[in-house]
Amino acid sequence: MLKEISVLISKEVTLEWRQKFALNGILLYVVSAVFITYLSLGAQKGNISTPIWNALYWIIILFSAVNAVAKSFVQEHQGRQLYYYMIASPEAIILSKIIYNTGLTLILALLGYGVFSVILGNPIQDQGLFLLNLVLGAMGFSACLTMVSGIASKAGNNATLMAILSFPIIIPILLMAIRISKNAMDGLDRSVSMDYLFTLLAINAIVAVTGYILFPYLWRS
Amino acid sequence: MRQSWWKILAIALLLYTLIAGLLMEAPRLPILNETIRALHFHVTMWFGMILMLVVAVYYSIKYLRTNDLRNDDLAIEFTNAAILFGVLGIVTGMLWAKFTWGDYWSGDPKQNASAIGILMYFAYLILRNSLTDSQQRARIGAIYNIFAFAAFIPLIFVLPRLTDSLHPGNGGNPGFNAYDLDSKLRAVFYPAIIGWTLLGSWIATVRVRMRRVERTIEDRMINS
Repeated sequence: MLKEISVLISKEVTLEWRQKFALNGILLYVVSAVFITYLSLGAQKGNISTPIWNALYWIIILFSAVNAVAKSFVQEHQGRQLYYYMIASPEAIILSKIIYNTGLTLILALLGYGVFSVILGNPIQDQGLFLLNLVLGAMGFSACLTMVSGIASKAGNNATLMAILSFPIIIPILLMAIRISKNAMDGLDRSVSMDYLFTLLAINAIVAVTGYILFPYLWRS
Repeated sequence: MRQSWWKILAIALLLYTLIAGLLMEAPRLPILNETIRALHFHVTMWFGMILMLVVAVYYSIKYLRTNDLRNDDLAIEFTNAAILFGVLGIVTGMLWAKFTWGDYWSGDPKQNASAIGILMYFAYLILRNSLTDSQQRARIGAIYNIFAFAAFIPLIFVLPRLTDSLHPGNGGNPGFNAYDLDSKLRAVFYPAIIGWTLLGSWIATVRVRMRRVERTIEDRMINS
């Protein structure tokens, strides 16, 4: 099982590396989205308040993640899917996709964080907590979005469907992540955020486990 | 008679709820005043909705195990009835909020969470309608239904409790249980939950029957 997962992950990475335009496209998406918000706000460094920084940051990450993960079941065509179906177990496929997408979302989040820091200023006081929160948020986003993209791909995979199916489900994760990153910005004591971190972890676990259980049924159809 | 006793029970309980809930003496509390009667018409909607969603998830799981479309009929119609209750719950809640909090929408976490929940189930309906094959529609609908329910539970039960809320029962505000849900209110509240849930199930079963009749007619037209 572990070996299967690691082979599948390396397959995802190779595939991504072969068609670099998709990866580069999504990275550029993040940068241009940040730049557009920067220009439309007319903001200078330190000019926008921390709640706005926080909300904009997470909304941009949310939209980029939706776009990045949406393609995880469509970039490979039907024939190849059938091939995976024969050689790999569905559990290994969903886990490898979730892990791979976690990495991808984390890269997007870090890139977004970098661009945000450069052009809009960096109001984060507790870097460690913020980064931990990014990791947990990326896990939650990818667990939720991978499953939803699987569902949307069965339903003709239009972008609207992907968005409307994933947004309501992702909101608990998003809200927790926003709250923790607000605490990290204000440099509050870490014990304050502990409860939120555990809740976020628990929601991630619920979503991931549900996806893990349900994916075999989706894969079979 | 043996099969319709629960429908008669539903009518009796709802008549009781309407009459006793509106006319019976209610405890007088500051701010709440007479709006406390919303307990029997608003809070019960949510109870009914959650119960019916649990039933729908149960039948979705059963569908995935058996691939029998009859289970899917029950799942979708119980969800439909639950959505109806959810919308009514939001509307009654907004009315209540207008008279106690002064605004139809005041950003209360529970209000927001329930609105998100409704969005989730509207998305479920759209997903189902976007699929044409009835087996595939049932299967993917069932998968999303279970997945959405798993996300819905933390949304409405955990998150609102972590933040301050004006809503009774949250963030330091005494709940109905603390002091105002006295035995008189209870005597109406519990029957009301059962009554509304039975009514919802009634609506669902009628629609399930319509669905099955339609399918039979369709089959007959195709085969003849």
